[in-house]
Formats: sequence, C-alpha cells, structure tokens
Amino acid sequence: MNINFAQEVPLSWYLILSAVLFSLGVVGFLIKRNLITVFMSIELMLNGVNLSFVTFAQQWHAVKGQIFVFFVMMVAAAEAAVGLAIIIAVFRVRATLDVDRIDRMKL
Amino acid sequence: MHLILFFVFAGFCLAGAVNLLVQSHPINSALSLIVVMTSLAVLYLMLGAEFLAIAQVIVYAGAIMVLFTFVVMLLNAGREARTRGSKAALAVGFPAVVAILAVIATVILQAQGLGAARLSDGLTDVKGQTNLDQLGAVLFTKLLLPFEVTSVLFLIAILGAVALASHEGSKAERTGEE
Repeated sequence: MNINFAQEVPLSWYLILSAVLFSLGVVGFLIKRNLITVFMSIELMLNGVNLSFVTFAQQWHAVKGQIFVFFVMMVAAAEAAVGLAIIIAVFRVRATLDVDRIDRMKL
Repeated sequence: MHLILFFVFAGFCLAGAVNLLVQSHPINSALSLIVVMTSLAVLYLMLGAEFLAIAQVIVYAGAIMVLFTFVVMLLNAGREARTRGSKAALAVGFPAVVAILAVIATVILQAQGLGAARLSDGLTDVKGQTNLDQLGAVLFTKLLLPFEVTSVLFLIAILGAVALASHEGSKAERTGEE
C-alpha cells in the first residue's frame, strides 16, 4: 500500500472510525438509563454502519453501497417515528422514562 | 488537506459520540448526536457520496433529531438517575463490545487491497455523470420495486405512530393497569 498522505486517507481509517462509532453506540445502549438516550444510541449504531457502507462503496466503485445507505436512512426514519410514539405511549402509562423501572415484561 | 479534514471531522464525530455517553441530560445527548451526524455528512462528502451527505443532513440531522428533541421537550425528560445497570450488561455486554471492536479492528487492519480516498474522487470516471445521476439510474430502474415498497413502509409507520401516540388507544390499557 503506497499512500500519499497529503491528499489521501486510507479507507481502513474510515472503517476503524465506523467500528468505533458502532461500539460507542453499543456501550451507550448498555450504560444509558433513559429510554430516549437508549434510542439515540441505536441511531448512533446505524450511523456507524452507514459509514462503513459508504466506505466500501468508494472502495469498489459500486453505487449499490450508497443505495443501501439510502434505504437504511428511510427505514431509520420510519423506525424513529414508530419508536418515539412507543416511548410516548410507555411514558403515558408508566409516567417514567427510566429503563430500570419499565420491567413489566421481565421474568 | 484531506487528511486534516478527516482528522477534524472524525474528531468531532468521536467527541460527539463520547459526549452522548457522558451527558446525563437527554437534550445534551440529542445535541451531541446532531454533531455526530453532521460531521458524518462531511465524511460522506469526502468519500464521494454527495447525495448521501445532503440526505444525512436533511433526514438524520434534520428530521429525525427534530423528532428526538421534540419528544424530549414533550415528555419533559429530566436528568437520568445513575444506577448500576443490569448484571448481564456488565458481565456479558462490555466484554462482548471489546471483543467485537478488537475483531473488527484486526480484520480491517490486516485486510489487503483496501485503497485510499482522494478528495473529489467520485464513484464514476464517466465525464458529466454525477453521483446523483448514478444513484438515480440504479434506484429507478433496477430497484424501483424496493423503492416503492418503502413508501408503503412509511405509510404504515405514520399510521402506527398516530395509533400509538393517540390518547384513545391507551385509555383501556391505563384502566387495566391501575
């Protein structure tokens, strides 16, 4: 690999960044105790994966990767609408956003 | 130039993601997520995905995050209580995260043949054909059916959101609850 660092950035750095973003999303999903912030962590994971799709589209000069990101964005928009409606419904019933106190389905 | 831009916006990205984790107020987390998404749009631009960069700003940083901040405002979400979290998350979750990150990083770093991104290096070499031309050509010929199916998905999502968030539906559940 012969890379001129003045004008080019290795694609592996973009992939590492996307892996780190995904892992930070997973960590947020585990440590956050607010329902809305947990949902935001999921969005962060989706964004990390999208970055790796765009990076591979650039690597193989294939437009399909970018189209997949487009579809992921559309599904994420639908998911955010439904998910936030569910959060509002949960808040109306339980009057809390704390995931530790929403444990009705726990064994 | 490209390297500096990459470091600046990758730094913004990581700082925003870490800030999302350490902030205890949801509105601060939402704002740092907007920072992450906007800097990701710049990274998309550097990877030759102009359309996705614009869509990222409009859809993610615009529509979705407005929805998030609106819900934070609507539910008057306060500071979150710091609790220990579940034992399963501590015992299985964090080692799994570290393992996933380690595996992905080793695979990426050992991968041969990964190229490098040049600024203004789009997907096509054909003169006069932009990124948007290419996307549209594939999206509206080969992938027309999935594209139309997503409109049905949106319709169902809108109906579901209205049904879930409306007052009428939750009245029966609430009386059953108490």
